[in-house]
Amino acid sequence: MIETASHPSVTRAHVLAALADVADPEIPAISIVDLGVVHAVIVKDGGVRIELLPTFVGCPALEMIESTVRDRLSEFGRPVEVDFVRTVPWTSERITPAGRAALRRSGFAPPAEPADVRCPYCASARVAMDSAFGPTQCRSLFYCRDCRQPFEAFKPV
Amino acid sequence: MTTTAASVRVSLDAATRAGLDALLLSMADDEFVIGFSDSEWTGIAPMLEEDVAMSSLALDEIGHARALYELLAELRGDGNDADSIAFDRQPAGYRHCRLVDGGRGDWAMTIARRYLYDTADAARLEAVAQSSWAPLAELVAKLRREEKYHVMHVSTWLERLALGGDEARTRLLAAFAKLAPDAATVFAPLPGESVLVAGGVLATPLSEAEARWRASITPDMVRLKMPMPPPAVAPERGRLDHSDDFRWLWTEFTTVRRLDPEATW
Repeated sequence: MIETASHPSVTRAHVLAALADVADPEIPAISIVDLGVVHAVIVKDGGVRIELLPTFVGCPALEMIESTVRDRLSEFGRPVEVDFVRTVPWTSERITPAGRAALRRSGFAPPAEPADVRCPYCASARVAMDSAFGPTQCRSLFYCRDCRQPFEAFKPV
Repeated sequence: MTTTAASVRVSLDAATRAGLDALLLSMADDEFVIGFSDSEWTGIAPMLEEDVAMSSLALDEIGHARALYELLAELRGDGNDADSIAFDRQPAGYRHCRLVDGGRGDWAMTIARRYLYDTADAARLEAVAQSSWAPLAELVAKLRREEKYHVMHVSTWLERLALGGDEARTRLLAAFAKLAPDAATVFAPLPGESVLVAGGVLATPLSEAEARWRASITPDMVRLKMPMPPPAVAPERGRLDHSDDFRWLWTEFTTVRRLDPEATW
């Protein structure tokens, strides 16, 4: 990550704090920062440049994330540039520990190989995958045989 | 939304660019057409979970097509964007393979087509993943991580239908009889392919990818007592001839574009 704070009133920390309010509309439980989507924040020459990593190639939420980031950063009154970077792949390992905990609290199993998925409600390992494809591209459907709760698990990619 | 380094066209000679154009168009059109065919199951798939899954698969494929069309648009640099490439051609201008050209068919047909296509696509992507052309190698690295779920999902369904009793197996065998002769058209030779192989843009000729694909599906075919797909008939026309089913699908997926070319989502 490159960091250049040339304008005294807008720092990289300010920008990151603002981005912590922005969520992927399909994963409202965690911010795009905890999701690992923010690749670089560059504050330079009075402008702000954000580089984001698309999660899934065909994710229909990308444009919405882009415009939400733009809206959220407009309050700084600086030119904002938002780009998606393809040269670095997003992987589910980029989700932060705080992000994984927040997913669990919202009833989603964080990304893990199917054998390592635990029920987000009761932590049981007695779970079964019902379908590799859930309501969004990034999730699978699981069922917990202990607490008898269906839940969604993020796919490891 | 710009996504790739601006240097997409740097240091490519005309023959390599022409070969890449054909490769990207064939891959994108395959994903686009199978994606649109499968999206026809949205709302009417045999069970709710599968309705969701097939819609998600279709979305993946159309998203992959879009990323490939975007790369192609940058390669061409003629001012036409991904939407223009996707929607502004006449049906005869599409270069998808014969395997994905027929209509949606019944559920067995859809599963057979997806199985044959996803396993073949995986072998093709393997050859492209090691491309010396970085923008393509980078994109394909991402596509492969998503496509592995397609193979996983459809393999489960193939087994379910193959071992699932008389009607399921009869329908699956009928679907294979219709589709398997065209399965290898995924690997139909491309114009300029030899230039791509010589330059390392394609790590191996598509015919070698086909051999790897055959080896990869042999265990499934043996275990499920399914016939191995035969070699493609007239492979040189494998991406040129389109059916009335495709022309109907084309009228569907270009409807909005033809009504209002300036429409935005």
